[in-house]
Amino acid sequence: MSDPATLQKTALFDAHQKLGARLVEFGGWLMPVQYTGIVDEHKAVREAAGVFDISHMGEFFVSGPFAKSFLNGLLTNDVEKLEVGQGQYTLMLNEDEGGVIDDLIIYRRREEEYFLVVNAAKIDEDRAWIENELENPNGRGVLFSDRSSEYSALALQGPKALEIARAFLGAGWAEPKRNEITSYSWNCQEILTARTGYTGEDGIELFFSNEIAERFFLALLEAGKPFGLKPCGLGARDTLRLEACLPLNGNDLSSKRTPLEAGLGFFVSLTKEADFPGKAILQKQKSTGMNEKLVAFRLKDKGPPPRPHYCLYAGAECVGEVTSGAPSPTLGYGIGMGYVKSAYALPGTTLDVEVRGNRMPVEVVKKPFYKRAA
Amino acid sequence: MSTIPEQLHYAASHEWIKVEGDTGTVGITDHAQQELSDVVFVDLPKVGAKIAAGAVVAVVESVKAASDIYSPVSGEVTEVNADLVKKPESVNSDPFGAAWLYKLKLSAPAELEALKDAAGYKAMIGE
Repeated sequence: MSDPATLQKTALFDAHQKLGARLVEFGGWLMPVQYTGIVDEHKAVREAAGVFDISHMGEFFVSGPFAKSFLNGLLTNDVEKLEVGQGQYTLMLNEDEGGVIDDLIIYRRREEEYFLVVNAAKIDEDRAWIENELENPNGRGVLFSDRSSEYSALALQGPKALEIARAFLGAGWAEPKRNEITSYSWNCQEILTARTGYTGEDGIELFFSNEIAERFFLALLEAGKPFGLKPCGLGARDTLRLEACLPLNGNDLSSKRTPLEAGLGFFVSLTKEADFPGKAILQKQKSTGMNEKLVAFRLKDKGPPPRPHYCLYAGAECVGEVTSGAPSPTLGYGIGMGYVKSAYALPGTTLDVEVRGNRMPVEVVKKPFYKRAA
Repeated sequence: MSTIPEQLHYAASHEWIKVEGDTGTVGITDHAQQELSDVVFVDLPKVGAKIAAGAVVAVVESVKAASDIYSPVSGEVTEVNADLVKKPESVNSDPFGAAWLYKLKLSAPAELEALKDAAGYKAMIGE
């Protein structure tokens, strides 16, 4: 681990310590990995609600009359589709390989103002890349600012999350629909509330200033207590998102993998007029087909959980590699995702995963492992 | 704070051994299970395996990572705890009782002298 003194801390650091959190390094930040335990927190999110500190993530604003066309020439999804108050999942790709720089959610906050939430570990790289793109003619007159250092954020997720949000924010809160974003005034400060998340449950992501962060977080925990709300760390965040087959940049996504290989074609618009970095490569890949695909697989019997970089075998041949793996607290068996040669990507395919020199049978399954009740 | 039963011997790598005659029962300490958090899988040695002191004899997996378990003494494995296959979480709930890992016949009892007693282990983990 890096020298803790050089790691960044969110505005909730003191609160985490008071709550007895175990802290770890993540993308240059000192973050809670767990409070009461990963399995306990995971179950809380599936059964009631959990709240995660996501203040380390990045917040960018892009605005002006040329913002829409600039962003549509930058990101894979179709920004034209967004009405004011709507958000969408999208990706930024590199030019040479159509590989992923970052995955993010973009929200149309106002007519000509877009709010982008990016991964913590990629803030600097994303900003540099956008600033570079702004130099192009497409970027003329576009206003861009990285306001990550001003914002703190929380993810409130679970079947009781909306009930808790309503109780906490009160009747004056305009509740966003799925993927929408609204704002709310809490003690005269603007809170952005988005109906998005990374757990496979319903929930809200809240963005607000660092000044009110600790007060807001503790007040929310208090309001959520009667509903069973628990603070949750990155450990549970990972097992939850894996059960929902949500990819993690750095594991399932990388600069060497296209979103089509990752099964994210739904979030790539090859038909939109705008050209974006990587578009041509993806168009070619769509017509020629993919050599490898990201699959979800499960251990067939009880056994050690799959972990990143373990090899996947078809007979004696290594045909792929695990990119994410963990025990599934909800399902009770080991689950994972990994890239395999396309011939082995069909659900129902049996492979072996090698764990510490032993091969255990796994089965490719349809994504996601877990889907919440409607 | 963790539990540290008096009558056991302790290794610096957080294993405990209970000795009865020339048989030892081995597990991991309460401190170790607290550090690991939720145990999801335990990989045990085979009965009959001959183990050297300090060698990796088992693996305890938590949600986030796999941890090697080192045998505190040398000997031959006589029994392994099959209950841990169904209930790996008992390592967290009962590390000194129901979650013993394996039993072995000691081949060099003098090795016990190199282990710590309860007070020594307590001091080592700074409690």
